Amino acid sequence: MSAARQPARARRLSLGALRAGLAIALAIAGWAILVRAAALPPFILPGPERVARTLWTSRALLAEHAVITLIEVLAGLVIGAILGFAMGVVLAVSRPARILLRPLLVFSQAVPVFAIAPILTLWLGYGLGSKIVMTLLIIFFPVTSAFYDALMRTPPGWRELGDVMGARPWRQMWHLRIPAALPGFASGLRLAAVYAPIGAIIGEWVGASRGLGYLMLLANGRAKTDLMFAALIVLAILTLLLYAAVDRLARWIAGPEA
Amino acid sequence: MNGAPGLHLSGKARIGDVPLFGPLTLDVPAGRWTCLLGASGIGKSTILRLFAGIGSGVDFEGVAGATDGASLEGRCALMAQSDLLLPWLATVDNVMLGARLRGETPDRARAMAILARAGLADHAAKRPAALSGGQRQRAALARTLFEERPVVLLDEPFSALDALTRARMQDLAAELLQGRTVLHVTHDAAEAARLGEALLLMTGAGIEETAPPDSPVPRAFDAPQTLALQGALMRRLMAIGAPA
Repeated sequence: MSAARQPARARRLSLGALRAGLAIALAIAGWAILVRAAALPPFILPGPERVARTLWTSRALLAEHAVITLIEVLAGLVIGAILGFAMGVVLAVSRPARILLRPLLVFSQAVPVFAIAPILTLWLGYGLGSKIVMTLLIIFFPVTSAFYDALMRTPPGWRELGDVMGARPWRQMWHLRIPAALPGFASGLRLAAVYAPIGAIIGEWVGASRGLGYLMLLANGRAKTDLMFAALIVLAILTLLLYAAVDRLARWIAGPEA
Repeated sequence: MNGAPGLHLSGKARIGDVPLFGPLTLDVPAGRWTCLLGASGIGKSTILRLFAGIGSGVDFEGVAGATDGASLEGRCALMAQSDLLLPWLATVDNVMLGARLRGETPDRARAMAILARAGLADHAAKRPAALSGGQRQRAALARTLFEERPVVLLDEPFSALDALTRARMQDLAAELLQGRTVLHVTHDAAEAARLGEALLLMTGAGIEETAPPDSPVPRAFDAPQTLALQGALMRRLMAIGAPA
C-alpha cells in the first residue's frame, strides 16, 4: 500500500466511525424519549440510563457468562470452518461424494436448527458440547457451499495448463484449485462469523446453566429486563468484534489481490 | 533441440451433430516454426488442443500425434493468449509451476537464467499484478521454456499485446524457441509472415500450404519479402472468407 493512500483510508475510517456513532446516539435518544413519553415501567422497557447502570454494576456477572458464550462460538467456528473446508474439498474431488452427500447437505438445511436443539441437548448434555455442535452445524453449510462453489470455478485455462504440465489431480487441487478458491472460503467464513453466535445462543436457550443466552432467559423470567438488555448489548458487541476479527482473517486468507 | 518430433493429424471433428472441420490432413515439420492461419471459429485452436491432449469439447475421428510414433504426453508445452500466471505466486515461482505441479524439486537457478533471457531478471520476486502486459506474457514464455518440452503449442499468444510489444515478443520467442517443433495458431498475416518457417492455411476444404521465403526467422517486419508474403497471406485469407 502506498503512503499516499494511508491517510485517505484513515480519514474514511474515522468518518465511518463518526457516522456510526451519530446513528447510535440517535437510536439511544429515541429509546429514552419513548420510555419517558409512554411512561413505560422498567420491567417492560427500561430506559438507556438504567441499562447502562446495570451494564456497569453487573459487569462481573456479564463477563463470566460472555466468556462461556465466546468459547462456544469460537470452538464452533473453528471446528465448523475446518469441517467445511474438508467437505468442500471432498465434494470437489469426488463425484460419488457429490451424488451422495449434496442432497443430504441441502436436506440438512431444510431442518431448522431450533428443531434439533432439544435433541442435541438430550444427547450431549447441558454443557459446552451441545452449544459447540449447534454452532458448527449452523456454520458448516455456508462455509462448505461457499468453498465448494469456488473450487468448482477454477478457471479452465489453469486446469488445462496443469493437465499439459502433467499434474496429478490432487496436486492441481493443492497448488491451483485450493489457492484459487480461498477468496470463496473467506466469504464463507464471514457469513459463519455472523451465524455462529445464533447457534450458541439457541443452544443456551434450550438448556444451559451458563452463557449469555442462559442469562437472558433467566433475567427475563425474573422480570430483570434491564439485565436482559445489558446481556443483549454485550452479545451484540461480541458479535461485532468477532465479525471484525474474522473479516481481517478473511482478508488475509483471500490474499492481497482480493 | 535434438529429437523434436514432427506432428501429424488426419481426421475430422464435429461438435455434437455439427461438423467443425475435415476430413483434413495436417503435417507440422520437426524442429521448425509452423504457423497455422485461418478465420476464427474454423477449428485452429481445436487442432492445438487435440495435440495437447486436453478436452476440446469436440468429437474427433482420426489420429493426432507425433511423427515418431511415441505419445505426446509430457512432450508438449502450451502457451495461450491469456498468460495464465497465478496471481498469488511470484514470477519466478510461476516459471517453476510445472515442476511444483509434478512434485519435482524446482531448479531455481535454471528458472532465474530463463527469466534473465526473457529480460525479467529484475522482476523475479514480483507478483504478476506488478508486471505490465508485455512482461506478463514474457513470464508466460519463460514458464513455457522452463518446461523443456520439444513441442511447443502457441495459441495466439501475442494477439492481446500492443503492436510494439508484440513485435518484440515475436523476436524473443523466435530466438528462445529455436530448434523446437512449434505450432503457432494465429489469425495475424503479418505475424505469420515474420515467424513461419512453414505456413498452413486452414480452410473449410482442408489445409493449404504456402511456401515462405528461405530467409531465417524472425524476418524483418519491413523486408520486401516479408511484406509481400503478408500481403499474399492476407489476400488468401480474405478469399477464403469466414466460415458459414
